[in-house]
Parts: sequence; structure tokens; C-alpha cells
Amino acid sequence: MDTLIAQLQRQFRDYTISLYHQGFLDDQFTELKKLQDECSPDFVAEVVTLFFEDCEKLISNMARALDQTGNVDFKLVGSSVHQLKGSSSSVGAKRVKGLCITLKECCDSQNYEGCVRCLQQVDIEYKTLKAKLQDLFNLEQQIVQAGGRIPQVDI
Amino acid sequence: MEVCNCIEPQWPADELLMKYQYISDFFIAIAYFSIPLELIYFVKKSAVFPYRWVLVQFGAFIVLCGATHLINLWTFTTHSRTVALVMTTAKVLTAVVSCATALMLVHIIPDLLSVKTRELFLKNKAAELDREMGLIRTQEETGRHVRMLTHEIRSTLDRHTILKTTLVELGRTLALEECALWMPTRTGLELQLSYTLRHQHPVEYTVPIQLPVINQVFGTSRAVKISPNSPVARLRPVSGKYMLGEVVAVRVPLLHLSNFQINDWPELSTKRYALMVLMLPSDSARQWHVHELELVEVVADQVAVALSHAAILEESMRARNLLMEQNVALDLARREAETAIRARNDFLAVMNHEMRTPMHAIIALSSLLQETELTPEQRLMVETILKSSNLLATLMNDVLDLSRLEDGSLQLELGTFNLHTLFREVLNLIKPIAVVKKLPITLNLAPDLPEFVVGDEKRLMQIILNIVGNAVKFSKQGSISVTALVTKSDTRDADFFVVPTGSHFYLRVKVKDSGAGINPQDIPKLFTKFAQTQSLATRSSGGSGLGLAISKRFVNLMEGNIWIESDGLGKGCTAIFDVKLGISERSNESKQSGIPKVPAIPRHSSFTGLKVLVMDENGVSRMVTKGLLVHLGCEVTTVSSNEECLRVVSHEHKVVFMDVCLPGVENYQIALRIHEKFTKQRHQRPLLVALTGNTDKSTKEKCMSFGLDGVLLKPVSLDNMRDVLSDLLERRVLYEGM
Repeated sequence: MDTLIAQLQRQFRDYTISLYHQGFLDDQFTELKKLQDECSPDFVAEVVTLFFEDCEKLISNMARALDQTGNVDFKLVGSSVHQLKGSSSSVGAKRVKGLCITLKECCDSQNYEGCVRCLQQVDIEYKTLKAKLQDLFNLEQQIVQAGGRIPQVDI
Repeated sequence: MEVCNCIEPQWPADELLMKYQYISDFFIAIAYFSIPLELIYFVKKSAVFPYRWVLVQFGAFIVLCGATHLINLWTFTTHSRTVALVMTTAKVLTAVVSCATALMLVHIIPDLLSVKTRELFLKNKAAELDREMGLIRTQEETGRHVRMLTHEIRSTLDRHTILKTTLVELGRTLALEECALWMPTRTGLELQLSYTLRHQHPVEYTVPIQLPVINQVFGTSRAVKISPNSPVARLRPVSGKYMLGEVVAVRVPLLHLSNFQINDWPELSTKRYALMVLMLPSDSARQWHVHELELVEVVADQVAVALSHAAILEESMRARNLLMEQNVALDLARREAETAIRARNDFLAVMNHEMRTPMHAIIALSSLLQETELTPEQRLMVETILKSSNLLATLMNDVLDLSRLEDGSLQLELGTFNLHTLFREVLNLIKPIAVVKKLPITLNLAPDLPEFVVGDEKRLMQIILNIVGNAVKFSKQGSISVTALVTKSDTRDADFFVVPTGSHFYLRVKVKDSGAGINPQDIPKLFTKFAQTQSLATRSSGGSGLGLAISKRFVNLMEGNIWIESDGLGKGCTAIFDVKLGISERSNESKQSGIPKVPAIPRHSSFTGLKVLVMDENGVSRMVTKGLLVHLGCEVTTVSSNEECLRVVSHEHKVVFMDVCLPGVENYQIALRIHEKFTKQRHQRPLLVALTGNTDKSTKEKCMSFGLDGVLLKPVSLDNMRDVLSDLLERRVLYEGM
């Protein structure tokens, strides 16, 4: 059994480090992890879930706004992307945040094609992150079920 | 022959005659015998009879006479020789004794007569003494009356009662028919009938005061008999009485307080008299006796004294009432003044806030406007607006500061700061203007000047800025030097002796300029509000003239002194001030780091129970911020909109974190609205911290102008948040969390 836990823990550590190195997550995510304690054991999961819901909502809003060809409400897109940027920086979704900045610029310059393209990328990116984080959480669950402790990963 | 030895009576015996003689002789004898017996008896009884032996003689004489007469009884008939012999012997003895007695009486009778005279004399004397006894008793009675009268008079301090009682008692004591008192009128030219004994409602009857009879009475302190027909004595219609009783009048001095000098008996200084007129009953043929007159005089004096006592009492009561009224009035005035001051303070507080809020809004919005796209003319206009409103804001602050200073309600905000840095900052601020005017400024800091001091940094800077600014303003050429040193004693002002105590020292700053100088006569006026020496050259410079006044008050608050020395017009002047500063315990040796950093020791390591409010429209970041704060132990309430924030915020929340990421000013306005909400209880207002994504200077300025107490860069790390909360709660202001 020990081996299994150790294995799982090693897997966990490696995966986490890779996420950071690939730029999916940044320091803010570490900070979030710090806030998880006995009082709020699922803090990170809750925040992340909320973030993804937000993402979905905002992206669909923006998509809808951009669909109104000829009468695109760039202000709405702008404010949505602003929100998304804020959310992504709060959770430490680095790539998403970067894309949001690009999207904002496109929006400010009312670059329709740019916006559409960026939005697509944002969509892909957030879904990827969601999948990866899901894997991470599964790993955590496995470790806990095996009776082990979730290791502290220092980046 | 028998020779009859009987002696034959001479004439023939007549039987009846003989008989009568016989009986008479018999009775005489008895009488003659009983008289001495009586005499002896009564003399024995009385002890004092001095002439006893005279009596004895007399007795003997009478006895012998009696014996003679008794023996005579036997001679009416024939009687023997023995009888004749006895008779003869008796007669001879009687003759001897009677002659002796007669001779004696010659001596004695004058004595006896003189006794009688003396007796008469003594009786007269006794009668006289009796009379005098009677007189004395009367006098004593009178004295008793006087005492009682005085007692009655003095037992009351009411003027009216005194006078009434006097009249009543006098009337009773002396059995007067009428008694009246005339008082001088206010003008002093007439006497008015004020009180009478019998008449209850005297007619308002006046007589002029200059009548001879009145002058006569007023001229002497004795009671004077006046004619019953004089105007003062004619009180009621003469109703056919034969003879009016004798009238006496006496003056009653009316004494004033000022008359009571110690060595100056009132008689000499008093001027006003009242007249008391006393009338004996008519048809009584009574006369005024001396003792009665004396009684009247004594009473008059007593009345005068009693009246003066009453007057004194009235005076003191009046004074006391006056004082009480004044006290009440003063109290009222004081309360009104307090109310006025409170009203003014409230007004100032409200105006302070009311004026500042729009001011801030104008400044903030103008500065925001500056950042948008503007045409050059618009930009110029906005810059002018900004400049003017800044000026106005400064002026308002000055005025409000000054009024708070005068109130004494301004308190220094003490804190630790770097003195050297302060001077350099001031110089940096002034340098641009000085450079333009080509006035080199030099700064000399004494080597023993402590670096870290405790004091009110903001106000000290204000003072130095003001003084140096003035130096620059009023100098057209030359140079300006600023010197700061530690002073141990002030030789300039003898009253103001500075002694550095343990952890305090006195900082002296000298600002010397080579400008226009000041006329020595004008120096005292410099520190008064709104005064400026009106020379043409200085007319162009702006300013309201409040600067020096405010600086002086700040200096005074810092237990210091400020003064200006000048050698005269055109010779420049030196402004010098001393202020008391504390020496900070923080080590003054740490000069390695240029700007000392606040040591990162969180003083509040746990914020358990600290109530905070988080306002963020973004759900995710809201949750993250909440998580952060909950992890630190705070009690977090979250709201997602401005309105909700305003609704929920209360004095229980110590800090409000608000997200201001969105462009525009709506979020900033919430800060203003919170300020408004807590105008009344300024000390209960929560600290306002902005969470923002960008950190440039304009954001910071914006936040400051909207009344936020701090700005934080998102995303906030746990340690950062911990430090920030610590600092915030320590110092209530945070602009370093960038």
C-alpha cells in the first residue's frame, strides 16, 4: 500500500509541477491552495468550479454578442472580458488571463475578427484547464482514499 | 387753860365751798399721783426718751404737789401740829423741787423745741424723698418703656413696621392723643405726612420744609415744644376743644449707608430728617415733663438707627437680588455661548465635509477628465479648473484648520517620521519655483539632528513649507538658506526657556532670505490673520495671508515659539521657529537603507473576529478574497453591488474591501457615499481599501481623492493581506501596499 501512496503522491507532484511549467497555473493558484485548511477543506475546488461556471457564462455572452454581425456590442464584450480577466487572475489561470488581455485589446480596437479568434482560443483554453484540474483533483481523491496525505508542492 | 395748838383757819369755814375745795384737792391729789405713775410707766416702755431724769424731777415735783394737796385735805378741819409740820415739809420740798424743775426747764425746753423742729424737718425730708422716689419710679418706668419700645422697633427690619410701632408704643407709653411722622419727599423740599397714630388713612398732606418752626426743630437734637397751631401740628380739624394739648416735635435723622463713618458720628454728616410730632391729650392740663422729653429724644435716636438698619438690609437684599439676576443672566449667556460654539462647531464639521466632498469630486473628476482624450483647448480649460479647485481646496483647508485651531479642538497627529527626509521633500517641492525665480536654496542640517523623530509630520511640513514659501515669495533676488539644529536654550525670549527633557528635544529652524525685508514695526502684525504688508512689490503674490497665522498656531500647539527678525526694509529677514519633538526609539543608526522600510512584524498576527465587508462584482474574485480573509480569521460579509454595499455597511465593519477594477467612477463613488453615511460618527467609519488590478499613480491619486484609506493590488497574496491588515489597523492609512 505504501508504494501505491508514494506512487500516487509522486504522480501528483509531477503533474502539478508540469501544470505550472506549462503555464496553465501561476502563483495565485498556490495562494489559493494556502487558503485551504480544516475549516474550508474544499476551498480550491469550490473556487475553481465557480470560475469555470463563470467562464462558461461569460464566453457564451461574448459569443452571443459577437454573433450580432453588424451590430456588435463591443462594450458588452469588453466588460465581459474584463470580468473574465479578473476571475482568471483570481484563480491563477495564467493562460486564460493572457488570452483575456489579448481579447480585451481586440475589443478595444473593435477588431471583430480578432475578437472572434481570441474568444475561440479562450474557450479551448479554459476547457483544457478544466480537464487538467479535474485530473488533479481525481489524483488527490485517490491519495486520500488510499490513506495518504496530499503532498505540498513547492514550485 | 387748854391751849389749842390747832391752827385756826383764817376765814370762817363755808361748808359748801369747803366741800368743793375738799373734793377738788382730793382729785388733784389723785391726778398728781397718777400722772407720774403714768409717766413712769410710759417712760419705762419707751426706750429712747432721753430726758429720764427730767421726768424723775418732774415726777417728784408732781408727787410732792400731790402730797401737798393731799395733806391739805387734813388742814380743812382742825388738825394737829404734826399734820401742819408734814404739810410744811411737803410744801417746802415741793417748792424746792419745783424751783429746781423750773430752772431745769429753762435748759430743756429749747432742746425740746429744737427736737420738734428737727422732727418737722425730717418729716419734710421724708416727704421730699417720697416724691423723688415716685419720680424715680416713674423714670424707671419710662426707661422700661423705652427699652420695650426699642426692642419693638429693633425687632423688625421692615421700615413701615418700625415707624408704626414707634408711634403706637410712644402713644401708649406717654398716653398721647396724637402722634405723627412727617417724612421728607424725594425732592427734599417738602415734608409729607406719612404715619399717624389715630388716623388710619392720613390725607396726603405736605408742608414746605423751610418753615421756621421746622428749622427750629431740625436745628437741635432735643425735643422742642411747638405751638399746637403750627402747620405740622394741625392734623385734624379743630373740633371745638378748649385747649389743645401741648405739642412736642423732635427730629429723626434719616441715615444713609454712607453716613456710617467710624469717627464721624452721623450727626455731622446727615442731611435729611423726618419730623415726629407728639401731642398730649387736649383738655388734660398735662405738661411735658423733662423725663418724657428725654424719652422722646431717645426714641427718636433709636428709630433713626433702626431705620438705617432697615435701609442697610434693604440695600443688601437688593444687591443680592441683583447679583442673583446677574448670575442667572451670566449663566444664560454662558449657555448661549456654549450653544453658539457647539452650533459653530457642528456647522464647521458639516461644512467641512459638505465643502470637501464636492471639492474632492471636482478635483477627482477633473483629474479623470484630464486622462481622457481632449482637444488642446479643452485640456487647458481642464487644467485651469484643476488648478483653481486645488487652490480652493487648500484655502478651505486653511480656513477650517484655523478655526479648529482657534477652538483648540485641533489635535496633533503624532507619528514617527524621518526629519531629514521631510526637509528634503520640502526643498524638492519649493525648488521648481525657486529655480524659476533664480533663488538658490541651501539646506543645512546640524550633525546632531536626530533622524527619526516623533511629531505631527504633516503639520510640521506645512509650517516649514509656509515659511520657506514665504521666503521665496517675498524675495526677488539673492538666496535662501534653511538651517535646522537642535537648540538647548533660547536666549531670545527670557520667558521661554527650553529644556530638553529625556526623550524630547527642541528643533530650531531658521529660514533666512535676502528679500524685501520687513519694517520692524510691522513684525507683530505678521502673525495676525489676513494681514499682509501691502507694498506694491508683494501685491502680485497670491495667498490669503492665513499662512503665518496658522503656522504660528501649529508651532504653539507643538509647544514652541515662532518669530521673525529683520534688519529693516530691503535687508531681508529671518524667520525662526522652535518646536518640541520627541526622539524616536527606533534606532537612528540605521542609515543603510535610503528610505527606511517599515519592519515587517505583523503586530496583529490574528484578526479573529475582525468584521470586514467585501464588495466585488466578480464572483470568483469575491470568493477568493473572502477565502483569504476567512483564513486570517476575519468575519467576512460579501456583497456584489454598490447599493448592497451601502445598505449593508455598518459601524461594525472595521474594513471594507471594494473592487474598483471596472473603469469609470461608479465604484469610487461608493467610497464617497460611505463617507457620507458616517458623517456623524466619523470615528466609527470603516476603513476603505480599494482592490485594483492596476497600480499606477493616477489610480492611487484617484483613490486618495475619493477618500479611500488604502489601495491593494490584485491578486493579493496571503502574506501581503496579512501585512496590509496589520498596517492598516495600526496606522489607519495605507498607501504602500503596492
